Amino acid sequence: MSDHLTIGEHLSQRGISRRSLLKYTTWLASLMALPPTAPRAMAQALAAAKRQSVIWLSFQECTGCTESITRSFSPSLEELIFDLISLDYHETLMAVSGQAAEVARQKAMEENKGKYVLVVDGSISTRDDGVYSVIGGKSNRETLIECAKDAFAIITVGTCSAYGGIPMAKPNPTGAVPVSDIIKDKPIINIPGCPPIAEAITGTVAYIITFGKLPELDERGRPKPFFGDNIHDRCYRRPFYERGQFAKSFDDEGARNGWCLFEVGCKGPVTYNACATLKWNGGTSFPIQSGHGCLGCSEPGFWDKGSFYAPLAAWTDKRAALIGGAVAAGVAAGAASALLARKRKNQAIKEKQS
Amino acid sequence: MTLLDFARGPALSIAFAVFLIGVLWRLFSLVLLPKASDNSPARADSGSAFGQGLRGFWRHMWPADPYLKSSVFALVNGYAFHLGLAIVVFGLAQHIQFIKDVFGISWPGLPTGVITLAAIVTLASLVGALVRRLTNPVLKLISTGNDYITWLVTVLPVITGIMTINHLWLRYETLLALHILSFALMLVWFPFGKLMHAFLVFLTRSRTGVVYGRRGVKI
Repeated sequence: MSDHLTIGEHLSQRGISRRSLLKYTTWLASLMALPPTAPRAMAQALAAAKRQSVIWLSFQECTGCTESITRSFSPSLEELIFDLISLDYHETLMAVSGQAAEVARQKAMEENKGKYVLVVDGSISTRDDGVYSVIGGKSNRETLIECAKDAFAIITVGTCSAYGGIPMAKPNPTGAVPVSDIIKDKPIINIPGCPPIAEAITGTVAYIITFGKLPELDERGRPKPFFGDNIHDRCYRRPFYERGQFAKSFDDEGARNGWCLFEVGCKGPVTYNACATLKWNGGTSFPIQSGHGCLGCSEPGFWDKGSFYAPLAAWTDKRAALIGGAVAAGVAAGAASALLARKRKNQAIKEKQS
Repeated sequence: MTLLDFARGPALSIAFAVFLIGVLWRLFSLVLLPKASDNSPARADSGSAFGQGLRGFWRHMWPADPYLKSSVFALVNGYAFHLGLAIVVFGLAQHIQFIKDVFGISWPGLPTGVITLAAIVTLASLVGALVRRLTNPVLKLISTGNDYITWLVTVLPVITGIMTINHLWLRYETLLALHILSFALMLVWFPFGKLMHAFLVFLTRSRTGVVYGRRGVKI
């Protein structure tokens, strides 16, 4: 899929005007809160750049992340994305398979040594030499190390590759780990989510191509333009939270009135993502708008943080045995101490009488 | 495990275990203590012990006249603190949710604005109490580590709570974790310090009432 045309030449061949590109970069720049001069600079840089070679590795995953990116909301934008990058290896999207696919990957790695972007979705199995996920006879771990060696940067798409995700959930039968546990010497950009918002993936790629550097990342390696805001802070239901108006179940009056979902387990207050602002399916809606609390899918270990329906204020441990044991121990200690006192009293009486 | 995971899980479990064991140990060791026998006959018109106990408890809700002037600050500040804290603890929807989760009972919450106001009053009264403790020579002299530790473990959940509900300075998950941890610290200290008065106040006041009633002391 690689060629020697610049993005500008490639686009004009496909009948996409410079104006369209400028509109796209304006949209991207506003999405990422870049300064007003950025759209023009981005359009110029993009037009002159070669299409960015991208190698996409899929490990222990469900293909939901690929589903998300292929359904990015406007078909013309999706086209544009596939014009911006040269997707040289992607098992689900590429036409060839088997040995031919592996050859394509090798070729792209050689031609774009040190320049290609490695995208990873899915976690990496490490138990029993990684036999639980193998492609072309190679464990995911081997493939990742091989491909990461000459990559310019790594983008982890989805919570599985960013933080381990569902494969790493207890009891983690395959010994799944995120990319960052294996690759230590390359810049890694995490775009978590289950799946991530398509615009967060495409916007980050566009940023890298345009500026030739990584966007500003938060402490969990996520691009700040998309993951800088807390869902709760941007949630349209926030005024109900402030007023103390909460849905108590999914079909009560509060739920019908669209009140805050904190009490039915919404994790919005501790989740950083763009769902509340960008939304899904062309800005149609997002989980909270559809009446379900946020699961916190862009946060590490979201699967193992207790029930999705337990509120954030809840105590997460199993507690019946703990409370029972503590009560029994407390009463026993109190009774024992009182008994000792009685014994001392009786002894004192006896000593006085004798 | 993040700080919030630790706070919501193991920290609360340890704190509740220490709290329950400590409180029950102290209460049971106290109520099961052998009583000193009182051989004197009770006054004829003293009434039932239960009534005396209730009267004793009620009477101590307000200082006796000779002490009113000297304890007016402690009285006003004390009521402001306890009422403010009660509004915050039992009025905030998230707290009610926590209580419902543990005890299975709930009631409607109050708006965040009201809670914030009550929390600020509570904080101000705590600061006032500390200033008085440090400036009043007699109070300062009789204060021990227990008093200061108790003040600290009480003020920390109030401060972190105000920060959490208003998203001040730190990220929400860090604030919530600190708030829960400060509450856990309070639970751990509870049975061993002056906070135990929350339970013992019922015993001490009513016991005093019973003793006075039996002797015919008018209170």
